[in-house]
Amino acid sequence: MNTKKKTMTGADIFFESLRKEGVEKIFGYPGGATIKLYEKLYDVKFLEHILTRHEQGATHAADGYARVSGKVGVVLVTSGPGATNTVTGIANAYMDSVPLVIFTGQVPSHLIGNDAFQEADIVGITRPITKHNFLVRDVKDLASTIKKAFYIAATGRPGPVLVDLPKDVIAAECEFEYPETVEIRGYKPTLKGHSNQIKKAAEVIRNAKRPLLYVGGGVIMANASKELTEFAKKNNIPVTNTLLGLGSFPGTDPQFLGMLGMHGTYYANQAVSNCDVLIAVGARFDDRVTGNTKTFAKEAYKIHIDIDPTAIDKNVAIDLPIVGNAKEILTELLKELSDKPREEAWFKQIEDWKDACPLEYKRPDNELRTQFVIEKISEKTKGEAIIISDVGQHQMWIAQYYKFNNPRSHVSSGGLGTMGFSIPAAVGVAFAIKDRPIVSISGDGGFQMNMQELITAAYHKLPIKFFIMNNCFLGMVRQWQELFHEEKYSFTDLCDSNPIFTKIGTALGIESFSTYNPDEVEELLDKVFAINDRPVLVEFKVAKEDLVFPMVPSGGSISDMIHKRINPKGKK
Amino acid sequence: MKHTISVLVENTFGAFDRVATMFSAKGFNIHSISIGETEQKDISRMTIVTSGDKQLIDQIVKQLNRLIDTIKVSELTGQARTERELALITVSFHKGGIEEIKNINDIFRGKIVDINNKTMMLEVTGPPEKIDAIINVLMPFGIIEMARSGTVALKRGEQIRPKNEYVNKK
Ligand SMILES: Cc1ncc(C[n+]2csc(CCOP(=O)(O)OP(=O)(O)O)c2C)c(N)n1
Repeated sequence: MNTKKKTMTGADIFFESLRKEGVEKIFGYPGGATIKLYEKLYDVKFLEHILTRHEQGATHAADGYARVSGKVGVVLVTSGPGATNTVTGIANAYMDSVPLVIFTGQVPSHLIGNDAFQEADIVGITRPITKHNFLVRDVKDLASTIKKAFYIAATGRPGPVLVDLPKDVIAAECEFEYPETVEIRGYKPTLKGHSNQIKKAAEVIRNAKRPLLYVGGGVIMANASKELTEFAKKNNIPVTNTLLGLGSFPGTDPQFLGMLGMHGTYYANQAVSNCDVLIAVGARFDDRVTGNTKTFAKEAYKIHIDIDPTAIDKNVAIDLPIVGNAKEILTELLKELSDKPREEAWFKQIEDWKDACPLEYKRPDNELRTQFVIEKISEKTKGEAIIISDVGQHQMWIAQYYKFNNPRSHVSSGGLGTMGFSIPAAVGVAFAIKDRPIVSISGDGGFQMNMQELITAAYHKLPIKFFIMNNCFLGMVRQWQELFHEEKYSFTDLCDSNPIFTKIGTALGIESFSTYNPDEVEELLDKVFAINDRPVLVEFKVAKEDLVFPMVPSGGSISDMIHKRINPKGKK
Repeated sequence: MKHTISVLVENTFGAFDRVATMFSAKGFNIHSISIGETEQKDISRMTIVTSGDKQLIDQIVKQLNRLIDTIKVSELTGQARTERELALITVSFHKGGIEEIKNINDIFRGKIVDINNKTMMLEVTGPPEKIDAIINVLMPFGIIEMARSGTVALKRGEQIRPKNEYVNKK
């Protein structure tokens, strides 16, 4: 053994390891099991610790930070309730493949399993919602475990990795040596696509008469938006996005068809249903996208490019899989194919669908509508803002009406659909992005699920616009109740119980506005977008019983969409 | 159709649990699962018997491969292999029945490992179908208790492996 090296405590090793990983921000909340780490943190200069107001908030903040920066988001919480509070955030990151490393304190090793004070088996609890997790049992394994955790979180299909740190391990001492490289014999993320498969794909696409690109969040995660856009443009292939794929291709481009699936555009869904070659890239054929899988793109030869072999053939049978990193595969594909001529008949057909059923809503007569507000925000920010949505109707309207021009600009809880995501995620975003407008948009329901993080935003003077689309209802659930559940509006009416949102904002030190008037929107947006040194809050009192259209009823074929109210309520 | 999948996993805390959790989280069937040491002490071998159509089995194999703690996943169904299971079966007998049970035991080449004046315990090993068969035959006598080990399996034929195939590099 090398006796020259001096020994360090687990706490020192922890921070030295984070330094080696280049960690700059860490979102956390202290407690008994992590008190020694916080003691060290007091003097740590190389990273910024952000104290959120809830561990769920810390996890979503790290998630937002990771999505827009492309770095690994880091969380530090205490044992027991601190750890269990991160569960929703971890599940959320897992479903959307966001790289996080979550450090949880744990009771001392000798007490594990004893129902000790603030003990929770967080490794057991999070096993199905992490890409991998570790319990560090010996301080000698600490550095190498941290190295592995970051490596696993960031490579392959990214995801959250949890590291559980017993209190005695943090206090114990050993020599510190940070491994230069990691090799895990059971983990070899495939990177390069098979070259024969790529050649074959190029051949199939070259001969396609009605090709379509179906692009998901994987392209954004792989930083492959540039390659994707180039491939689509040079080969004249129209593009549709999943919710998480928005931003991977310019939203204003004429080749762009908008989102597909349940609340996708009519023309995107028609294009999917009628294309002859479907090229899925970094997308996973989720049920909200496919509707009835038996009829999904049933005409089409299906090519699927994805880093995760389990995504292939999972929901829909694939003709030609290419497993690997989207950026590398698209680069290779471009070498094989970059001059496919425009299929005029196909584009004409798509134009016809667009004309027949464009995205539309009734212009505001007297009532304010969320669609209108989103459209205005899109115009005002020229598609350059970062929009962090919550979950519900407003989320779908953002996907429909905001024209995202850049990757890593649309932050949304896609897979898990976690209400209460937007506010804390926006806090994380604001710690990564300094030069673009940041807009958090929530419904009145979801706003109330993590509004404690407004305090974090106010304290740090984060220039976030917190917009509430207050329709007095849990709108998305109300929509289903109206359309499919006999208009039994069971526990979705918030009209009598909502707080006064502007007063909440004011109480927390955030300048707050409210409007119900469509004519005021422009001016108000000008005003709040001019404020760049602190958060602001705006409540938009929007139409109460609006519905998101078009819509594919759950499990239906995506070629069969409903476009207006089916219940004879006489509402527009 | 039943499929036998052999999985080499890290012999670490939680590796078994991770596999079991994945099966239940994904709703995959497990007929039997067994785990034990291999010739390499830091690696365990799990033998999983499951069922499903080809697409499902492919998905199971991929999901197993995706776990960080799994080192090698092989689908043994359709390959030359040997599968064995061990069962301990306690049967009750009445006067005279003892001879009959002994005969059955002989046919299946089992061992009588415990006996008293009401029950006896048989130990039988063999392919899982053989265990199914003896259980069937013994059923009418009254099986009091039974324990099956689950299937273990290995590929047959010469297996040449590089010496350091699964060495964990630092
Ligand atoms: C944590 C959580 N609980 C419940 C739900 C179910 N849910 C989905 S959308 C929705 C309504 C959201 O209402 P609101 O936040 O007001 O937004 P709106 O749909 O009105 O835009 C609910 C309750 C969920 N997605 N997440």
